[in-house]
Amino acid sequence: MEIVRRHPIAAGLLGFILLITMFSSVIVLTETNQAVISRFGKPVRILGAEQAGINWRIPFAESTIMIDKRVRDLDMDKQQVLSTDQRRLEVDAFARYRVVDPLRLFLSARSVEQAEQQLKPILGSQLRNELGKRPFASLLSPEREGAMENIRTGLNRLARQYGVEIVDVRIKKADLPSGTPLESAFERMRTARQQEARSIEAEGQKRAQIIRAEADADAARIYAAAFGKDPDFYEFYRAMQSYQATFLPNAQGRGGQTNIILSPNNEYLKEFTGR
Amino acid sequence: MTIFSGWGARGRALFSDNKGPWGAPPGSGGGNEPPSGNEPAGGPWGDTPRRGRAPVSSLDDFLKRSRGRLGGSPGGGFNLGGRPNRSLIAWAAIAVVLLWLLFTTMHSISGQERGVVTRFGRYSHTLSPGIGLTLPSPIDRVQKINVEDIREVNLGSAAEETLMLTGDQNLIDIAYQVRWNIRDPEQYLYELAEPEDTIRQVAESAMRQIISQVGLQDAMGVARGEIEARVRDEMQQTLDSYRSGVVIQGVAIRQADPPSQVNDAFKEVTAAQQKAQTEVNNANSYALQLRQIAQGEATAFDKVYEQYKLAPEVTRRRMYYETMERVLRNVDKTVVETPGVTPYLPLGEIRRSAPRTGGQ
Repeated sequence: MEIVRRHPIAAGLLGFILLITMFSSVIVLTETNQAVISRFGKPVRILGAEQAGINWRIPFAESTIMIDKRVRDLDMDKQQVLSTDQRRLEVDAFARYRVVDPLRLFLSARSVEQAEQQLKPILGSQLRNELGKRPFASLLSPEREGAMENIRTGLNRLARQYGVEIVDVRIKKADLPSGTPLESAFERMRTARQQEARSIEAEGQKRAQIIRAEADADAARIYAAAFGKDPDFYEFYRAMQSYQATFLPNAQGRGGQTNIILSPNNEYLKEFTGR
Repeated sequence: MTIFSGWGARGRALFSDNKGPWGAPPGSGGGNEPPSGNEPAGGPWGDTPRRGRAPVSSLDDFLKRSRGRLGGSPGGGFNLGGRPNRSLIAWAAIAVVLLWLLFTTMHSISGQERGVVTRFGRYSHTLSPGIGLTLPSPIDRVQKINVEDIREVNLGSAAEETLMLTGDQNLIDIAYQVRWNIRDPEQYLYELAEPEDTIRQVAESAMRQIISQVGLQDAMGVARGEIEARVRDEMQQTLDSYRSGVVIQGVAIRQADPPSQVNDAFKEVTAAQQKAQTEVNNANSYALQLRQIAQGEATAFDKVYEQYKLAPEVTRRRMYYETMERVLRNVDKTVVETPGVTPYLPLGEIRRSAPRTGGQ
């Protein structure tokens, strides 16, 4: 106490240094991180999943690099993939990865961001290679044939060098490149629709025709059934109807002016002659 | 960031603890000084390093008031003037510490929330709804996570086209919504670096995958419900494999249309369907009419025939005369009586009426 009162500045300084030392010897490791601790640049130990919380290090001599241990996103740039039948597809994919070996990551890439930069082109070329072995039709759903699994294993082999484990590789988008491929797809859709429209129309006409023909046949049958009972009477009956229809003005009062010249021998005038 | 504010709080705490010791020496010194001279007692107080600070003026006021009391009774006044002054600072410090303890140890967790507690960054336990007690702030930290709240992610929009390839290599413009909530707060916090981005990407990927397995017609119409269910399952499976602690509540396709470039062709199909239906309807009405007429005529014939059979000759003659009567009543008639007369036809008259007859 006496010394403190006599040299307040020195005491303050000492306290300050002590504080700094204390802080720099403590590492607070959160659940989302793991840490590589290196002594004078040489990695000496790793604080992994079990060591979350307070950890100690030798102040000033040891430095810490925090490495995310969550599942992270590796988003790839768009890739043009050429299928075996020479058609192009623009593929947008992503991978999910997790750092499983922080020491290896630290030695090969120093940081997660660096490792990502180096893995990105590898993912792209893996994707192109694997999908390029397939015809266009199966490119549309590569999951069904296990292509994505192949890409994942291929990528994992390389990613292990960075202490990284690829959890999943997925295709986010698979689009036709703009320009000719897209236009021709639109054109194909358009012509397919037009074809469909024509065939629907023709189908409608066909059905209508059949309906009409069936009705005609039915009517003929009904007539035949009725009139067939006495063809001779039908002849007479129908002639009577027909005369009325042809010589009489119709309902609208329109009709040809008819001149009839009768011979006295006519059946109608049989009684007229007074025989 | 949270770590920094944590250290900040700790720093402040240390500072407030230091107040006592710093404040104490002048206090003890001042306790000895006032009896030597009543008036100059203000000197040492005024010269302390606190001059210029806000609390000083109130402190001075307090001292003045206590000095006024000192003038009345020096012995008692001395005690009243020195001690409360010291304890006031101590009390304030204690109050601050207590308040801080209160706010950082008691956490009210509402019904929809869970409180994830970390001790020096390490996951310790999860607080259920109610009042949860933890150690004070720099040691324990609580993150409140709402587990009931349904969050929405919208993909694709009415404004711009999101084209996807269908299984029959057509394009479809699709917009959909994903609803999700948090099932497991610890996994949600610690397993995924960017949970919302992940959900968005997984949704896009799953939708593309499922759409590429169905045809355009199905995707636009009948199979919508099935697609929604399959996308939901696919997403859930993927997110579970990431141990994301997220539940997909549902996927809803808001729009599934042909791309605008080919929309006209799709309208043509609809028009053709209408047209075909019209065609069939017309044929049906024709058929109905034709059958009715046939049946009507046949029935009429049957009725007449029934009567005819009873008296064939008479009926026949009657019908003949009736018809001839009707026919000949309204027409111009010429009866050429004598066989020797050559009939003269007034062709001009016939021609005059010809255009009219021809017109009918």
